[in-house]
Amino acid sequence: MTLAEVVLGAAFLGLVAYALFGGADFGGGIWDLTAGGTERGRAVRERVERSIGPVWEANHVWLIFVMVVLWTGFSGAFAAAVTTLYVPLTLAAFGIIGRGAAFAYRKSVGTLGMRRFFGAAFALSSLLTPFFFGAVVGGVASGRVPPGIAAGDVVASWANPTSMLGGVLAVLVCAYLAAVFLCGDARRDGQDDLAAAFRTRALGAGLVTGAVGLAGIAVLRADAPLLFEGLTGRGLPVVLASVAAGLTALVLLWTRRYTAARIASALAVAAILTGWAVGQYPYLLPASVTVEEAATGRATLQALLVALSVGSVVLVPCLVYLYVLFQRATDART
Amino acid sequence: MWEVVDSGNLLFARNQMALSLGWHIVFACFGIAFPAIVVFTEWLGHRRGDPVLSGLARTWAKAMGVLFAAGAVSGTLLSFEMGILWPGLMDRFGEVFGFPFVLEGFAFFVEAIFVGVYLFGWNRLSPRAHMLSALPMVVAGVAGAFFVVSANAWMNNPVGFSLDADGNVVDARPWAAMFSPSTWPQFTHMWLAAFMVTGFLVASVYAVGMLRGRRDRHHRLGLLIPLAVAAIATPVQIGVGDWIANTVADNQPAKLAAMEGQYETTAGAGLSIGGIYVDDELRYALEIPYGLSLLVHHDPDGVVPGLEEFPADQRPPVNVVHLAYNAMVLIGTALLGLAGWFGLVWWRRRRLPRTDWFLRAVAVSGVGAVVAMEAGWITTEVGRQPWIVYGLMRTEDAVSPAAGLAWGLVAVVAVYAVLTVFTVIVLRRLARGRETLAPQEQEGVR
Ligand code: HDD
Ligand code: HEM
Ligand code: HEM
Repeated sequence: MTLAEVVLGAAFLGLVAYALFGGADFGGGIWDLTAGGTERGRAVRERVERSIGPVWEANHVWLIFVMVVLWTGFSGAFAAAVTTLYVPLTLAAFGIIGRGAAFAYRKSVGTLGMRRFFGAAFALSSLLTPFFFGAVVGGVASGRVPPGIAAGDVVASWANPTSMLGGVLAVLVCAYLAAVFLCGDARRDGQDDLAAAFRTRALGAGLVTGAVGLAGIAVLRADAPLLFEGLTGRGLPVVLASVAAGLTALVLLWTRRYTAARIASALAVAAILTGWAVGQYPYLLPASVTVEEAATGRATLQALLVALSVGSVVLVPCLVYLYVLFQRATDART
Repeated sequence: MWEVVDSGNLLFARNQMALSLGWHIVFACFGIAFPAIVVFTEWLGHRRGDPVLSGLARTWAKAMGVLFAAGAVSGTLLSFEMGILWPGLMDRFGEVFGFPFVLEGFAFFVEAIFVGVYLFGWNRLSPRAHMLSALPMVVAGVAGAFFVVSANAWMNNPVGFSLDADGNVVDARPWAAMFSPSTWPQFTHMWLAAFMVTGFLVASVYAVGMLRGRRDRHHRLGLLIPLAVAAIATPVQIGVGDWIANTVADNQPAKLAAMEGQYETTAGAGLSIGGIYVDDELRYALEIPYGLSLLVHHDPDGVVPGLEEFPADQRPPVNVVHLAYNAMVLIGTALLGLAGWFGLVWWRRRRLPRTDWFLRAVAVSGVGAVVAMEAGWITTEVGRQPWIVYGLMRTEDAVSPAAGLAWGLVAVVAVYAVLTVFTVIVLRRLARGRETLAPQEQEGVR
């Protein structure tokens, strides 16, 4: 592996973490959206709120992390991508603002009307943000971002079949992940009926995600032949691994082994993303800019590598502490 | 390569950036200074077994949670905007000055984690463990500020790379780029500003309460602690102001000339306060003889270069910079007066000044500190124009030419207007002491 690949790999790990943790957060908002009226949906909403409260801010720093590593290590390609795709990116950022603020503020407001308004804003932006991120991935993966600042079509780069597929898949994956994670949380807190409800949701979302994924193969074949080739060629083992992990997760859910289901689901999602990465390798912007071409100077990459290594030594224990404290404390109360 | 013609996006992009940054920075100040103040109060309350102090710490911690959320979401938009609005800057110089943003990412990660731990763990951790969990927050807030400000200092004073004959970056040295001559003065100044903004603002909330007749111990202490913090920071800040002004004089003479509205290069230059700059001349200004030369060179006859030294297309807009600079210095001086009054009475009598005028002054000091801080940033940023990277890259060459970019400004104005209204509503509820929860806390556990 070259230095550039190592640094890009670190950014990719950050992306996977964002998809898993941030994704589950967004998914929580999606279930909030579909929970039904104020009374009927209360149990689900409270569960979601309780599960993401202390961790949602940390979960979202992954995104910042990915962006800053890319703009330092792969400045030119980064500039090309964000300028061509600025519309969905700006909308996603607005979604993050609306979502974060609404989630944070709705606990502090008194009236039911305000709570509903914030609740709706929270839920709706949970849907839109992953959609636009998925569309961004679709735009890059289908080769619609040429090198050069704002050189691509600012509309067609994300309003296209692959982007729509990416957007829909992102939303589904978030919903699925959240449901799986929430099953475990609910059972741990002794809310067995809620756990059952999320189990149904997880199974449903998992099946739909799988179906859309399969149908998506046809879309990619027509719209993003290069990615299709990569996925069915070099990427095939990873894709198969993802399918296997996904099926395993469904079986585990069915048999109510929620902790194992979490792991299998996370692996399935990580494998889908890896499939995308392997599929478009060696390009950063298919089919014009390779990873090596995009990489900045050696000193910068080395500095990044040092920072990433030292940083993760600090970060990983902190993150583990947060999650452990949170899980344990919730246990202790029941 | 970046071939950007002026696409008409420049004005919109600048305003969008300025609005987003100007909004974010207020919350960032709380992220830097508030954890230290809150945990200090918690510690004091714990040590003295004083429920009033502990109660204050509890309330402030909730406010900190809300403010942190606002800072985090607005910061997220900023990191998108750096690329979306200024791709020319990223493309050409990202490898040189992007690095501190990566370190900043780690700092904020740690801060976000421990904000969660601190608020969530209020009744779950032992007091000692709980107070310890605030320390990473304190450190990360300061480190985060250092890294971002060092990126800004680099834009003012680019170092740590070489350019080839075509102006392409070769031999980028990201570690060196973090330590430009502007880094330490700018960081120190910003760090102190954060304590002033946080201290005066929190104190002003309690001053208003006291003016309305709520003069219990809760309000007195709520005013005293943050005001003491701000009052200690203020005199130091003025000293650092002199340091930073000297750094600007050495490295960015055009900015200094604009700050002072000085057209002609003069020996023994006077310090001009107020006035309007028209036709290369500052009119109606109050002038303190030799003031500027004294300030900049600590010598009454020192030579201060004026704007005439620079081609017309390399001069920043003078009026904005001059007035913003004056506003900062004026407010800073007024706050120094307030801090002195408070300090003197406290030193002599161990109590707050008794007159309502003191409370009124504290009540406006918070807004004053924010205005001073915003004015400082306007001085820095507008004073650097027309350069985005001083002397090397013009702002118009960095802006994105993407079609429709201007709509971004409209949308950002709308989003921030709504966000501001709700942030104010939520904070007012908190200030009134209603039972509320911070975003990182959980329902049902108090
Ligand atoms: C509470 C806030 C506050 C107060 C009271 C002052 N400042 Fe300030 N000033 C800032 C808050 C600030 C700031 C917002 O933090 C800036 C913007 C960039 C920076 O590094 O600090 C700044 C920038 C800034 C600059 C421009 C630096 C540059 O372009 O690199 C100068 C020359 C001064 N300040 C000088 C002063 C002086 C002489 C003051 C004395 C009264 C003063 N400041 C009070
Ligand atoms: C460390 C943090 C900061 C960085 C990296 C930064 C960076 C930038 C960049 C890239 C631009 C656009 C290019 C330009 O106009 O030169 C800009 C403009 C601007 N920024 Fe900053 N900025 C920072 C802090 C702030 C803060 C806190 C404020 C608060 C008010 C601010 C106010 C402005 C203004 C008013 C402009 C527009 C200047 C003009 O174009 O006339 N900046 N900044
Ligand atoms: C002088 C300028 C700045 C200072 C002092 C500053 C400081 C801070 C601080 C202390 C925080 C912690 C969160 C909080 O408490 O609000 C924060 C959050 C953040 N800032 Fe800034 N910031 C500045 C400018 C910028 C700029 C220019 C960017 C982007 C390019 C940026 C990006 C962010 C991001 C992404 C976060 C959120 C991180 C999280 O979720 O915890 N900031 N900032």
